[in-house]
Parts: sequence; structure tokens; C-alpha cells
Amino acid sequence: MTDIPSSAYPSSSQVTIVRILWMLITAILALMILFPLLWMVSIAFKTPAESFSANLIPSEPTLENFKYVLTGVPFIRYMANSFFVSASVTIIALFFHTMAGYALARLRFPGREIIFLAIFSTFLVSLPVIIVPLFVIVRAMGMLNAYAGLIVPSIFNAFGIFLLRQYYVSLPREIEEAAIVDGAGYWRIYWSIILPLSRPIMSALAILFFLANWNAFLWPLTVASKADLWVVQVGIANFRSQYSASWNYMMAASTIVAIPTLVLFIIFQRQIMDSLKTSGLK
Amino acid sequence: MDTGMSPHQNKPHQSTPIRQKGLSAKHREWVAGYLFVLPDAIGLLIFLGLPMALSLVLAVFEVNGFGGYRFVGFANFVRMGKDPLFWQAARVTALYAVLLVPLLYVCGLGLALLVQKTNRFNAVMRAMFFAPHMVSLVVVAVVWQFMVVDKIGVINKLTPLLGISGISFLGDPQFALLTVVFVSLWFLMGFYMLIFLGGLQDIPKEYYEAAKIDGASPFHCFWYITLPLLKPTSFFVLMVSMVAAVAGAQAFDIIYVMTKGGPANSTAVLIVYIYQQAFSFGAFGYAAAMSSVLVIVLMLVTALFFVMTKGGRFSYD
Repeated sequence: MTDIPSSAYPSSSQVTIVRILWMLITAILALMILFPLLWMVSIAFKTPAESFSANLIPSEPTLENFKYVLTGVPFIRYMANSFFVSASVTIIALFFHTMAGYALARLRFPGREIIFLAIFSTFLVSLPVIIVPLFVIVRAMGMLNAYAGLIVPSIFNAFGIFLLRQYYVSLPREIEEAAIVDGAGYWRIYWSIILPLSRPIMSALAILFFLANWNAFLWPLTVASKADLWVVQVGIANFRSQYSASWNYMMAASTIVAIPTLVLFIIFQRQIMDSLKTSGLK
Repeated sequence: MDTGMSPHQNKPHQSTPIRQKGLSAKHREWVAGYLFVLPDAIGLLIFLGLPMALSLVLAVFEVNGFGGYRFVGFANFVRMGKDPLFWQAARVTALYAVLLVPLLYVCGLGLALLVQKTNRFNAVMRAMFFAPHMVSLVVVAVVWQFMVVDKIGVINKLTPLLGISGISFLGDPQFALLTVVFVSLWFLMGFYMLIFLGGLQDIPKEYYEAAKIDGASPFHCFWYITLPLLKPTSFFVLMVSMVAAVAGAQAFDIIYVMTKGGPANSTAVLIVYIYQQAFSFGAFGYAAAMSSVLVIVLMLVTALFFVMTKGGRFSYD
């Protein structure tokens, strides 16, 4: 009981020691969490003979693994497919979701709340649960083994609509009023007032959508069996079954696939983490 | 095209009849609203709503590899009851979720508390904690597979330090599920850290200041202020992580790429078993029947959560 004053008012040197310890623990933990990714990059630069030695820095770094993966396997093609699919989904999804978000937030029409609830209730429906009937539907629409089959079903998700709606609800009412006084229609209000105002949230969502589609595996695996439609994730999973013993090639391929997303993350980490953080509640 | 009219307009009487072409301003707003929502509504209906309904329909059919359908009533559900692999998959799913959900909660909250204060150092640490979540799960699975590969992976070089060695992490049914849970935890915890950071941000600082004046210890602050006020976030995290563990695409990717459900079905969760039944054996009807059971279980658990937490609402007292 007598030491309460000292613990309630710790001396400044005590505070510094605790803070340094705290930071040290955090940093060690962060390095441990990052270790598998560092290890991946490390092996990618190692020779086959060295790939099971425990040193993190390769003793004789080589680019051979990357050369082999990029020339021996149609990885460039896979990446082009991934890029095309991800970019298409992102652009179309942003267009549709901003439209829906704008209407659900700022226009009044009967059934609006019910439509919003219906959209919101699909929030927890995950792909593995509906993959069998979804496959049947997409097959019936003739979109198997086609870019349309890779792109169209991936466009629609409640998450983006929900975030955009929340954003539009928070905008002040006055912003449209001047346009309405000028006699502008709803399309013009959407196109020349709402869209420019939503640039920050759209860029955050664009990054999220792009990453999610670049990283998607289950749907592309299911819908496209033709090798020239493979996206990079399917390509690498298949590459693994062919070259299961050549870990240095595997890690080079993994590094090539992971680098674009990690670079995007390093550049846009604040936007990415902020928009995911607000997806929690609210 | 001018569709909008406003009650605030100063001289509406001359221009209104021409502009509105028979529709009042109110109805114009209705039409605009429906048109704006239409593309997404149709898409969600076809690619989310229809599949959910269809899984119930497919469940009473036997579907062969060429797309031929035969009505079989409840035969698929009877088959489920008698299929030992289905029950095995249900057990593995429950075990995976029961192990993963509490671990995600504790680790997500732990990491969030560690980097809670806003400063430069913590911003970098947060990004490092979150970085695994940015990598595709195929890459995650392949890299971890390499790290724990039988006897010679780098993890096997580190485990002797803990007094264990020679473990076949993915080859031994005893360890395979634990390994998969661990990798899922590694990938997912950064995301839940972010959600918890969002929740921690919303707790008013005044509570902590008042407690400090009263001489409360950091542990007391955590137990009597942080945890109770985090209830909404906790609810969300438990809810979402539970659904993700039972039915998430992420769980599927990790397990499918790392083990394909093996060895000896020890990691075959329901979603992997369903996928194999459908796409390896062409048993679409049977797979749909299992999916619909999964949907019903998920809905029941969700409802139970809501009842237990009184509709997801919490009072701040």
C-alpha cells in the first residue's frame, strides 16, 4: 500500500525503461511475424544447393530462379490475366457501387430501407458456401472458361456498397442544393458532384478491390480450367504441383506474385488500413 | 438530361411542366433511385441471392457430370447422415473454429493494445503486423509449406530450441490441423488487430484519466474500462471470425493449397470436403445438400449470437 504513490507517479527514468522495453518487444514480434516473407525473398535469391541452409542472407545471390520462372513458365501471361481481371472488376464495381451507394444514401424512394437491408444481409455469405450453385449458374450462362466468368460474378459485393453508402450519408445536404437550383438532373449530380467528392474513399476501395481480386484463388480455380485463362494464383498453385521439389523456383514465383501487392501496401498503407478499420462497426 | 426539380427553386411554375414531362419531382426521384440501384441489385440477385436459393433446390437432385438432373428427394440428406467422411469433416470444422476464433480474438486484441498509441514507431509496427494479410493465400500456403517441410524446413531447425524435433507438421494427422490453424492465425490476426484498433479509438480518453486519478492499475483499466467498452467490437470480431473459420474463402485457400484436406482427412473441413465432392466427383447435388446444412448452421449460430447479445446492442454501463 505504501508504494502506491510511486506507482501512480513513476519517475521519468522508469517510464523511459518501460517504454523502451515495450518498443523492443513490439519490434521483435513484428520481425517474427514478417519472417516468413523475408524467408521467401531470401530463398528466391538462393541457389538450389543453399535453399535449405538456415542463413537469411544468401551467400551467393542469384537471379537464375527468377529468370527460370519468367521464361520457363507462362508467368507473364498469368500476371496479365490477373491484372486484366482485377482491373476490370475494380472499375466496374466502383462504378456500380457508387451509383447504388448514392441512391441508397441520398435519394428517397419507397423500399429503399428494405433494399439496403437485403444488400446488407448478404454481408456474411461467403463464396465457399455458394460455390456449387454459383458454378451451375455461371455454366448455364455460358461463362465457363471465359473472362466474363472470371470478372462478372466478382463485381458484386455488399462491402463496397455499404462503405460508400455510409460515406455519402455523412456528406452535408447542401452540396447538391446548388446543383438542384441550377436544374441539374440526378445523373449530373452523381457524375459531377458526388463522384469528384468521393475520390478519397474511391481510391481506398480501388486498392482494396484490386488486391482482393489479385489475391483471389477459389473462384478463378473453379471457373477457368483452360491454362491460358489462368490467373497468377492458379498458375502458382499448379506450378507447385509440377515443381514440388524445386523450392527455390517456388519461392521466386511466390515473390513475383507477392511483390505487387506488398508494394501497393507500402505506398497506400494508410488508406488501406483506415478503410479496413472503419469496416468494423459504425 | 434534366431530371431533378427542387422545391427550393425560385421560379418553378414556368419551367416545371416542360421539364418534368408528366412526372412529379417526387416520382422522378423514385425512378432515379431505382435506376441507380438497379445494376448492383440485379448482380447481387443473380450471383448471391439466386445461388443461395438454388443450393436448397439442387440439394434434392442427383446431378451427374454432364449436367443431367434426377429428383431424389431427401436422399442426399440421408446419405449425409450415413457418410463417415461428412461427420469427420463436421468435427474438423468445429475443431478448426474452436481453436482459431479464441486465438484470433486474443492475438488481435493483444497486437492492438501493443501498438495502440498513435506515433511514428507504432505506425510502422502496425504495418508490419498487417503485412501478411496483403499476401495471397496461395503464396502464404506455399511459403509455410516450405518452412515446415518434412524434417528439413527452417521451422524444424528452430524447434530443437524448444526441446522438440523431427515433427512432420503437415504429414502427421496429429499436427496438420494445428499447423493449419497457426498459419490461418498468422494471416488473419493483423486484420482483427485493425478492427480492435478502430474499437479502442472510440473509447473516450476521459474514462482512463478518471481511473488514473483514482489510482487504478493498467490491469484494472483494461478489465473495467477497455473490455466492457469494447463489447460491440468484440461481438463483431467473434461473429466475423466464426463465419470466416467455418465458411470463409481464406480458410479454404489455406487448407486446400497446404494439405488438400489430408493427411487422413485430418484437415478436411466441410468447405473443402464439399468442394471435392462437387468438383472432383461431380456430386453437385450432394455438395449442395451439405452447403445448405452449412448455411442453416451458420444462420442458427448467428441468431444465437444475436439473442445472447440482445440484438447486437450493448449498453455502455
